[in-house]
Amino acid sequence: MIQAINSALDVMLGRDPMVVVMGEDVGYFGGVFRATQGLQAKHGRTRVFDTPINECGIVGVAVGMGAYGLRPVPEIQFADYIYPALDQIVSEAVRIRYRSAGEYWIPITIRSPLGGGIFGGQTHSQSPEGVFTHVTGLKTVIPSNPYDAKGLLIAAIEDNDPVLFFEPKRIYNGPFDGHYDRPVTPWSAHPAGEVPDDYYRIPLGKAAVAREGNAFTILAYGTMVHVAIAFCEENGVDAEVIDLRTLVPLDVDTITASVEKTGRCMIVHEATRTGGFGAELSATVQERCFYALEAPIERVTGWDTPYPHGLEWGYFPGPIRLREAAKRLMEA
Amino acid sequence: MAKPSSPRAASRSKASATPPVPNRERPPEPERYSASREEMLEYYRQMMLIRRFEERAGQLYGLGLIGGFCHLYIGQEAVAVGMQSALEVGKDSVITGYRDHGHMLAYGIDPKLIMAELTGREAGISRGKGGSMHMFSVEHGFYGGHGIVGAQVSLGTGLAFKHKYAGDGGVCVTYFGDGAANQGQVYESFNMAELWKLPVIFVIENNQYAMGTSVNRASAEDQLYRRGESFRIPGLQVDGMDVLAVRGAANVATEWVRSGKGPILLELKTYRYRGHSMSDPAKYRSREEVQAVRDKSDPIEHLKKELEALGVSEDELKAIDKEIRGQVTEAADFAEESPEPGASELYTDVLVGRY
Ligand SMILES: Cc1ncc(C[n+]2csc(CCOP(=O)(O)OP(=O)(O)O)c2C)c(N)n1
Ligand SMILES: [Mg+2]
Repeated sequence: MIQAINSALDVMLGRDPMVVVMGEDVGYFGGVFRATQGLQAKHGRTRVFDTPINECGIVGVAVGMGAYGLRPVPEIQFADYIYPALDQIVSEAVRIRYRSAGEYWIPITIRSPLGGGIFGGQTHSQSPEGVFTHVTGLKTVIPSNPYDAKGLLIAAIEDNDPVLFFEPKRIYNGPFDGHYDRPVTPWSAHPAGEVPDDYYRIPLGKAAVAREGNAFTILAYGTMVHVAIAFCEENGVDAEVIDLRTLVPLDVDTITASVEKTGRCMIVHEATRTGGFGAELSATVQERCFYALEAPIERVTGWDTPYPHGLEWGYFPGPIRLREAAKRLMEA
Repeated sequence: MAKPSSPRAASRSKASATPPVPNRERPPEPERYSASREEMLEYYRQMMLIRRFEERAGQLYGLGLIGGFCHLYIGQEAVAVGMQSALEVGKDSVITGYRDHGHMLAYGIDPKLIMAELTGREAGISRGKGGSMHMFSVEHGFYGGHGIVGAQVSLGTGLAFKHKYAGDGGVCVTYFGDGAANQGQVYESFNMAELWKLPVIFVIENNQYAMGTSVNRASAEDQLYRRGESFRIPGLQVDGMDVLAVRGAANVATEWVRSGKGPILLELKTYRYRGHSMSDPAKYRSREEVQAVRDKSDPIEHLKKELEALGVSEDELKAIDKEIRGQVTEAADFAEESPEPGASELYTDVLVGRY
């Protein structure tokens, strides 16, 4: 997935002279996860450059650059470091268009790795998407595989609104089935691991049916798409897995069609539960599909705790919790 | 982006007047501390403990016993040991970032509890929930261990506020890196600290790199001791590879701060020998660069030579080394044998109260 992201940035730097890539150690070093490797050498130091460690400044400056016509793609090295920039995102980036009555807009794409599964502990594992989906005027994208990551990132960069592009770091190197004790399978063994070199887009706001089924619908995104699929395969469960791909705007039609077909719905995310994006999904499904529902909606999420270092897999909503929820869902 | 042809007003700026010459009191130039033989042996012991502890942590990481992130302090030992030797445990407070093992050891915190935290075990100082970057000890006035770069600088300023509020005579030593020195909240804190004359010693551990970025590639003013100037915080640049120079500066700083003159900023020039964390291959600098520092200015070798010149025998130093090896092995065994935290630990200490 790293190469896919690298390729998307490369393609966009090549196509649009207004695109610039910036962030901590993204230039000379090529990014801590190597997502920007080689880009500075190829596109030059004015287009791909290092910033000091100051997230508030990075995003704030990028917003100004965006207002004056550039298409900045700042990187926040880990989603856990995005909070110093929260003010610039919430008060400036997403509001300028509205408050200038359309005079200015901010076409920035903030990339940031999120999620756990790498023993990062409290400050390197969080999934803060819910903080941002609550913010009006901001699009939030979370890809689950290399093919999508490239197409979605290109669409995000071309989008004229601020986009937050979260990359689940646990699946940077391969899909994750939820069994932390098994070796990682590389993307090369997965069909979505094949990524064309050229330009292509995947539109924002379109979910994908990642696995077809009839027993119930699983709504997931990012890493949890693979955990959900593996759960179905391993337990012979005939569930349909919807990969949301974009949380805002949300593909309500695809969700509704699936839940109306299956009559049951499970929502899975790694982020903490209370006020998480699952709550929004649950409310939406209830509003749209109330008469089709045969059981209460199930949410399988991270616990309402910080992401611990030592008990990482106790926090992670893995196969056991999926199985328990599936049982409740089918027995109701 | 903007709609085409929106008119924009041009503004003109006037050149400002020449800045006034500072006429305020400055701390004296620190002198190299003249330590007693016993003190020097104690510094040697502490620096050696940090070095061997970190080497072992590196090995445990390689074996998969430590997971995630692990930032070693090797090369920077003189900073924590020199600074902390000037503090009083129980009276003063200390706060730092994620490269925190050395500060804890220098503050006398049990290596076993630290190592067990690195391996994420129940007996760890944060019961395995914090890991390498997030460790604390109330008993020692050690306020962490913080993974978010720069955040501890504001917290340290707040700790100092409490020292002043309580009139307890304590000071807070707030450590941060050359990279962290570019975070905005550092300057918000500087301003408040000077405005309120808080007893805080800001210590920039300038090890020349923030991950792969060297200081001059990220800092417009790379003489970091000057970073407090516009807030009227005096700054001193100190050789952080020389434990006695560090201690000398620590004396000046504690005196300044304890006498109510407000904060002081120390830039300690040091170097980290290892990668930023265990997963950093350190391709942004040459092997020769690292080797040159090791050869020329290793803080432990340096002190060892001085001890030998004082007539400390090879055997005496060897005995210390042996004792430390034993301590480190004990810590590693303890960390391996301690069980993982129980699942119920997940939900403890989320709030002081209950949901
Ligand atoms: C807010 C925030 N931004 C970025 C990071 C990632 N990060 C961790 S350490 C580091 C470099 C810090 O360098 P420096 O302050 O010089 O300390 P050193 O590692 O050299 O001790 C970076 C960028 C972080 N942990 N928190
Ligand atoms: Mg540094």
